[in-house]
Amino acid sequence: MGPMLDIKNLHVTVGEKEILKGLDLALPAGEVHAIMGPNGSGKSTLSYVIAGREGYEITKGQILFRGEDLAPMQPEERAAKGVFLAFQYPVEIPGVTNTTFLKEALNAIRRSRGESELDAMQFVKLLRRQTKELGIPDDMLKRSVNAGFSGGEKKRNEILQMAVLQPLLAVLDETDSGLDIDALKIVAAGVNRLRSPERSTLVITHYQRLLSYIEPDRVHVLAHGRIQRSGGKELAAELERTGYAEFKAVAAE
Amino acid sequence: MAATAQTALQVRELAEDRYKYGFVTDIESERAPKGLSEDIVRFISAKKEEPQWLLEWRLKAFRHWLTMPEPQWSSVRFPALDYQDAYYYSAPKAKGDGPKSLDEIDPELLKTYEKLGIPIREQEALAGIAVDAVFDSVSVATTFKAKLHEVGVIFCPISEAVRNHPALVQKYLGSVVPYADNKHATLNSAVFTDGSFVYVPPGVRCPMELSTYFRINAENTGQFERTLIIADKGSYVSYLEGCTAPKRDVNQLHAAVVELVALDDAEIKYSTVQNWYPGDAEGRGGIYNFVTKRGACRGVNSKISWTQVETGSAITWKYPSCILQGDNSVGEFYSIAITNNHQQADTGTKMIHIGRNTRSRIISKGISAGHGMQTYRGLVRVTAKAEGARNHTQCDSLLIGSKCAAHTVPYIESKNPKAILEHEATTSKISEDQLFYLRQRGISVENAVALVVNGFCREVLQQLPMEFAVEAQKLVAISLEGSVG
Ligand SMILES: Nc1ncnc2c1ncn2[C@@H]1O[C@H](COP(=O)(O)OP(=O)(O)O)[C@@H](O)[C@H]1O
Ligand SMILES: [Mg+2]
Repeated sequence: MGPMLDIKNLHVTVGEKEILKGLDLALPAGEVHAIMGPNGSGKSTLSYVIAGREGYEITKGQILFRGEDLAPMQPEERAAKGVFLAFQYPVEIPGVTNTTFLKEALNAIRRSRGESELDAMQFVKLLRRQTKELGIPDDMLKRSVNAGFSGGEKKRNEILQMAVLQPLLAVLDETDSGLDIDALKIVAAGVNRLRSPERSTLVITHYQRLLSYIEPDRVHVLAHGRIQRSGGKELAAELERTGYAEFKAVAAE
Repeated sequence: MAATAQTALQVRELAEDRYKYGFVTDIESERAPKGLSEDIVRFISAKKEEPQWLLEWRLKAFRHWLTMPEPQWSSVRFPALDYQDAYYYSAPKAKGDGPKSLDEIDPELLKTYEKLGIPIREQEALAGIAVDAVFDSVSVATTFKAKLHEVGVIFCPISEAVRNHPALVQKYLGSVVPYADNKHATLNSAVFTDGSFVYVPPGVRCPMELSTYFRINAENTGQFERTLIIADKGSYVSYLEGCTAPKRDVNQLHAAVVELVALDDAEIKYSTVQNWYPGDAEGRGGIYNFVTKRGACRGVNSKISWTQVETGSAITWKYPSCILQGDNSVGEFYSIAITNNHQQADTGTKMIHIGRNTRSRIISKGISAGHGMQTYRGLVRVTAKAEGARNHTQCDSLLIGSKCAAHTVPYIESKNPKAILEHEATTSKISEDQLFYLRQRGISVENAVALVVNGFCREVLQQLPMEFAVEAQKLVAISLEGSVG
């Protein structure tokens, strides 16, 4: 069987501007890969195009998820198939409690898979188990989705959602940015708990810091719309020392 | 048993069809001749076997109505009404003077209410809720009368109250909304046909939710119901109304009047789910909902709370208001109004502070989609004597798409410099970011819109009785179907 996520020669245009220019990436089931790269290199663009955001147009190449082309699928179909994106900037939904939102999401996904919906009791039980294991305070569940959350709370909330929805492919877009060490550990714990032979994770990050808690199987450097270099976890440490100067220079070619 | 299950049931089935209440009951009805004249007013009064004073009151209203111009100040637009091209009285044909018991009700009617999900057979009804069902111009059934009678609560059709409790009716009818109040209310005073009457005696907490269900069935017929609720000293009552009508291409007029009176230490909670037929996607047909609702907090420490969920009607024109006469009295207005397709709504409230330490609170949530047009129009007036008056107003508008509109027109008139009046207003859109975020979590576009809108309305939905709030959420979602994507 091929990789869980197989991206081939991917070209993506956002509002006339080509951002990804022939990106190749293979993420096998059971592995955790990291994507690192300078600001503006297209990391978030990659995460959005995997999730199916409008306005991110694939002009060439394809994204295969478990052998299926994602391009024709709506965002919610991809979610139902097991694609999850932890947003770099989680969105506020005033007046909708986290519990309502998560229940709605989980049941929508269960419905589309032909599974039975969870009732309020079953759901709360499941939710409590996750908050406990992740050390997330229960009062966060009663608050409106991300509304008035601190940056760290928003990121933890993304991890909670991931834990509840149990995706096959999780893409984390700079979930570690701006987190203190405790929050960082929650994020790492969330990812590590999902690790299993049938799941994969793509961790987009700026820093090596997170990668010392989540040991990636591979590290890729994205710059100028392509993967410029790939290596083992030692590549992250090297980048931490040298920075992205080497890859920024390519821009002048 | 959670309250207000009647209207809850009414909206529950909506999930299956946008407007499943659009059917017509095939029933023989007795109608007044077409058109509007003194003779028609007399005809209605005679049908109801009314006393002379009431006929005279109606005629006074009618004569005054003839002199009144159409109100022009609101933002709603529609072709001039042809008052002569409508029927002002339509009743399902009954043997004698109406059914004595449910067994005598025409089976077609029972079927109608079954289809609507309204329990008018007591043995099938949900406990804890009494229903008055008004079909076109007459009340066809009122449930749990006996049980209410035990505690002294009167809940019956207003035409029956005129016969059985004339002193109460004469004392309070028109005392909050005078016959000459405004063109639509004056027409109602002349030709009102039925509606509910409630009297809660001193110190009684009404043991169940009271509920009226209004149904327009007959074609070309206006519905002019009149509701009068009196909460005597230290009493409490919660009342809920729901409304539906068949789908028809022509507009139908609904001009209701509701009067509430709260005496010392009494409280009235009045909730509405207005789901009249809104017209089709091109704006053909639908109900013109021109309603005058007003409550008088006459006693000290009295309280009147209006909660409305306005999702239906082609045009809604209504301003449930509170006259805060008693010292320390409280008025509240919680509103959700949705205009989709070509619907128009001009709605809001008036809070008139007369007594000392009177407080009012206004929360209005307007949602516009499609070519929907809506205006929040509110007035907070504080008289010179209203020491310590306070008002807080919050008006939020949510726009879906780019062809709809929302306006906020808050008037404040204060003659008391020490009054504390606060006003907040916001206008927002459902953002692309929100929709994508929710869809990424597996939620469909329509459910995502519903979720965001329900979040937006939350403070108002919370005012509704629990079970009913759940159903109102569904109604909100359905009203907005097809508004995105
Ligand atoms: N919606 C958009 N419209 C136009 N340009 C965009 C849009 N989103 C991102 N870009 C541009 O695409 C490039 C890549 O952005 P992004 O994917 O956010 O990078 P990263 O996440 O690696 O910092 C940047 O030059 C950015 O300005
Ligand atoms: Mg980014």
